[in-house]
Amino acid sequence: MTDPDAGGPASLIELDRREVLVAGAGAAVALTLETGTAQAQASAGAEAAPPGTAMTIRPRINGRAMSVEIDTRTSLLDLLRERLQLTGAKKGCDHGQCGACTVHLDGQRVASCLTLAAKMDGRAVTTIEGLAEGDGLHPMQQAFIDHDALQCGYCTPGQIMAAVACVREGHATDRASIREYMSGNICRCGAYVGIVAAIEAVAQGRQA
Amino acid sequence: MRAFSYARPETPAAAIEAFVAAGSGARYIAGGTTLYDLMKLRVEQPTHLIDVTAIRGLDEIATDGDMLRFGALAPMSAVAADRTLQRDYPVLVEALSKAASQQLRNMATVGGNLLQRTRCLYFRNGAGSASTANVYPCNKREPGAGCAAQDGIDRGQAVLGQSAACNAVSPGDWPVALVAMDAQLELLGPEGARTIPVAELYRPPGDTPHLEFTLQPAEIVTGIAVPATRAGRHSTYHKIRDRESYAFALASAAVALELDGDIVRRAHVALGGVATQPWRAAAAEQALLGQRVTPDIANAAGRAALQGARAGHHNGFKIELGARTVADAILIAAARNPA
Repeated sequence: MTDPDAGGPASLIELDRREVLVAGAGAAVALTLETGTAQAQASAGAEAAPPGTAMTIRPRINGRAMSVEIDTRTSLLDLLRERLQLTGAKKGCDHGQCGACTVHLDGQRVASCLTLAAKMDGRAVTTIEGLAEGDGLHPMQQAFIDHDALQCGYCTPGQIMAAVACVREGHATDRASIREYMSGNICRCGAYVGIVAAIEAVAQGRQA
Repeated sequence: MRAFSYARPETPAAAIEAFVAAGSGARYIAGGTTLYDLMKLRVEQPTHLIDVTAIRGLDEIATDGDMLRFGALAPMSAVAADRTLQRDYPVLVEALSKAASQQLRNMATVGGNLLQRTRCLYFRNGAGSASTANVYPCNKREPGAGCAAQDGIDRGQAVLGQSAACNAVSPGDWPVALVAMDAQLELLGPEGARTIPVAELYRPPGDTPHLEFTLQPAEIVTGIAVPATRAGRHSTYHKIRDRESYAFALASAAVALELDGDIVRRAHVALGGVATQPWRAAAAEQALLGQRVTPDIANAAGRAALQGARAGHHNGFKIELGARTVADAILIAAARNPA
């Protein structure tokens, strides 16, 4: 997570004293994000929010509990990218058709662009930034490198999050099944051969 | 996108109460894969969203007993992963697993999927920005505006069930399989609970294509029930698309056959991708009764299924494609689980 004292885009984030005290008693760091109606409008048009259209949600994102005030129109993708500076998940089509925004919600892959942030209260979200443990790469990230499974890289975070889920679901049994269960992730560069090889390698317990 | 309030009640009664209290701008939302998408396009502009996904007990899957039962909030992916269904009802599993992507199937519910709205390009476009507003009129989006698809790019439009006002295709796969299998829909509203055949959920476009469903105001879908049948063992959902996976149907067929040896005693046939609503093909079912399944019989049934089809400018291929899709589905279904 971005250092809230570092300035720049992170100046959106301010630690709320009460939340920090709560967090200090437990393990997780709680962040309260300063809203301001203008920032809540990331992709929601210019009009000001009438009463009842803002709300506070308390999701756990990449293992961190947080409290965020949102405009009800906000997508999970816009919450991640525009408010939390988690720009790994990408906005490709914004209509659930390309898979670039794929994240895990309570362990299952979803299209974050078609997920209302309002639904995230009490839910656990994992993005590409939270996939690896420690400073190393997740085996799927390493396999994408080893198998040259990308060109421009724009779809890659979504591909990797979908791929990890594909293996976990038990759908990476053979190349045909991998292709079928990865069909929601479009790669405009056409790196599909490498993507399938990377997933097959991880599913078979080897990396290269 | 228009601003809206959001509530997540925990009981069906509270959801219905919230809907009624919110008035005409209220909409229920479950997975949101259709509604939120259309809100981004400004086709849907609710002012109050009532999220039904916190209601407990509506996501159960029961595949033993005389009726298969699916709670309305069960995710499409969870029902598709049911082992009993995979063995005994491939038509249901294939209809779910050939729909959308795994990401969307994890989000979308089997109840909400029945209410998916058309993918007609003219319906989806034209509302979102000033430059396209009023360029492509749509009677479904704006009653009385006209239909840009009638003389437009109609390759994707329906050849069965269309009216002068609308030829938009019903987009679903799962509803087609359910209609074929005589499924029932369990509803709950301010007046209480009722059950209707899934087939009766859908209205023909006629002069009022904006009225798509027979749901009463504030009613919610609570469950789906499918009569158990050994025809499920000889079944398939065959879906033909522009690409191999993750696309809407150009033509699809749900077929289930009750076989006595190799003689058809009862047939279930419904079509998707070619009609304005999930399309039960009684004439095709009749053509199969008492017959041994052969390619000739399957082709005859396929042609019967497309009886009365009418082509526009660019979608004539769907008549032949639809007939062949039904014929292939019959042969696939008959070859499943040989005795």
